[in-house]
Amino acid sequence: MASPRDLLAAIGARATDRIWRLGFAARFFCMLLVYSGQTFLRPRLLLREIWFSGVLSLVIILVSGLFVGLVLGLQGYETLQRFGSSEALGILVALSLVRELGPVVAGLLFASRAGSAVTAEIGLMKATEQLKAMDMMAVNPLARVAAPRFWGGVISMPLLAALFSMMGVFGGYLIGVVFIGVDEGAFWSQMQASVDFREDVLNGVIKSFVFGVAVSLIAVFEGYDSVPTAEGVSRAITRTVVTSALAILALDFVLTSFMFRSL
Amino acid sequence: MSAEPLVRISDLNFSYDDRPILNGIDMTFPRGKVIAIMGGSGCGKTTLLRLIGGQLRPSSGAVEVNGRVVHEMGHEALYAMRRRMGMLFQFGALFTDVSVYENVAFQMREHTDLPEELIRDLVMMKLNAVGLRGAHALMPNELSGGMARRVALARAIALDPMLMMYDEPFTGLDPLSLGVIGQLIRRLNDALGATSVMVTHDIHESMLIVDYIYFMSAGRVVAEGTPEELKASRDPFVHQFLYAEADGPVPFHYPAGDFAADLLRGDARG
Amino acid sequence: MNRTVLDLWVGFFVVIGMAALLFLALKVGNLSSANFAETYVLQAKFDNIGGLKVRGPVKSAGVVVGRVANIQFDSATYEAVVTMNIDTRYRFPKDTFASILTSGLLGEQYVGFDVGGDERMLEPGGTIAKTQSAVVLEKLISQFLFSKASEGPEPQAK
Repeated sequence: MASPRDLLAAIGARATDRIWRLGFAARFFCMLLVYSGQTFLRPRLLLREIWFSGVLSLVIILVSGLFVGLVLGLQGYETLQRFGSSEALGILVALSLVRELGPVVAGLLFASRAGSAVTAEIGLMKATEQLKAMDMMAVNPLARVAAPRFWGGVISMPLLAALFSMMGVFGGYLIGVVFIGVDEGAFWSQMQASVDFREDVLNGVIKSFVFGVAVSLIAVFEGYDSVPTAEGVSRAITRTVVTSALAILALDFVLTSFMFRSL
Repeated sequence: MSAEPLVRISDLNFSYDDRPILNGIDMTFPRGKVIAIMGGSGCGKTTLLRLIGGQLRPSSGAVEVNGRVVHEMGHEALYAMRRRMGMLFQFGALFTDVSVYENVAFQMREHTDLPEELIRDLVMMKLNAVGLRGAHALMPNELSGGMARRVALARAIALDPMLMMYDEPFTGLDPLSLGVIGQLIRRLNDALGATSVMVTHDIHESMLIVDYIYFMSAGRVVAEGTPEELKASRDPFVHQFLYAEADGPVPFHYPAGDFAADLLRGDARG
Repeated sequence: MNRTVLDLWVGFFVVIGMAALLFLALKVGNLSSANFAETYVLQAKFDNIGGLKVRGPVKSAGVVVGRVANIQFDSATYEAVVTMNIDTRYRFPKDTFASILTSGLLGEQYVGFDVGGDERMLEPGGTIAKTQSAVVLEKLISQFLFSKASEGPEPQAK
């Protein structure tokens, strides 16, 4: 079987390959930014992509947000009432959603709903030579196909995360106040007293924006870089979802450690 | 018509990762003619088209289009040149997310500021030329293979190109659609005053419509001439092609070692 | 997809997305109560501010009347100088007593105003003279332990 030497060589080859791809992706990102001008000069292109990645993700984001909020309400109440502080339910629900769950879970859902769709779309365009055809028609596919999809995702993501958090807070309110009977005034006022706009809400929005950039870049890149066959495209879609999820969780850790360092 | 040929290919070499694809190709495409490049699958015909369109860079040698060397052009000049080229891809490569009408209108919208009524008239003219004016509202997935090819043709001629390139225009078509496409290629070329290059391995259809034929094998030009000259030719390559013989100068086998040795090695491993 | 329908959906999406952001900022967060429309500045010097932070609340009778704007160390007097933005709707007498308090046993620290009876009011930019420092839990505990230790052994020593 494989000798340790072969094994080491295989690991080395894989690592080199990864680094190559990373460099390639970074160059792709720069090119994407260079060719983004057209996207903003022609809002119709952008509008279609916001529809594609934002509007079409709306249902899953709203429903998941509501359910996450409901569960947070139930579990949070269960724990808090042991300490006799069930009024703090509002704080718990709002902080965990606004800081973490909103951007992260919305980002994961966005990656699997919109990111995979974007990869599939671009991958299929590549497999059916549509990108080459576009290039031959003197239209840069990077500017015409990739950039609008990237910016559509970047714009949609923070809005989706905000909607997710809002639905979550509403879900927590529904369980805590309407079903269990936590005092409504205490629920809201405690929430408002301890959720800070800059520290919590704004940082959450920044997170979701960063995740939006990461997921959109990965989705567009994987589609653009896919092997132009049916199998290649399906592999690219899988890679989009996996890489996006890892990127979101890793970035979340990095961002959290910078943002909430004082705590 | 000027005497200067539209495309001049001189001593063109191209290799992919040290694997040579094209070896010292020399060709000239005079204006107004329909030229066919023939050869077996994988002999570098499509690569040649991509070199003419500037999508690949030659390893050495040059392609000149309209007197300018393609691989020395900058991005802007290259795109300016491509606006005057039309290319029909093997399977049409229609944009699947928009209608037939939008496919044909694509370049007009991207490259011109024409008013919508004028675009509409132009699109209808182009679709009429390929006989599909009635299909303008259909989506690409509602078209048959032959119809899709014709829509792609209408799209390729949208900006009245000076050079038309066809990549395997006859692949996967029934004999009827095949004849239709063949006639269209000839008619459109003459109507537009364009020059057409066609990469194909369909001998019989091409013989009917082209002015000049290059035969390629293993990255080289092995024979050339007008259809009449080639029919009369005694060249073994041409003969093998015209009469579709399995083995001949173009070998049936991909280069490999000794067959018996291969089998024996398999035994030893098993 | 019809263009106007697409436009409508995107418009709808952007509007509800913005509404959600606004909801998070105003209803969940405290943007509305954090920024008073108009404020004036008061200063107070403390021996020890404990864990007071910038943007911490200033309360009088339990009502938030302002926020801590700035905390500095005065190297001449070795005191902490706390600058506060107070809502212009509220005025306080000259002999107002400022102290650093803790909400609950372990909660955040804030500046509390105990209003005196003086007729004259503090002017904007004025300094509160009477202050009380933060109660530092460690000091309390160590004081308690020391006093215990000093009185503890006596019964056995007899």
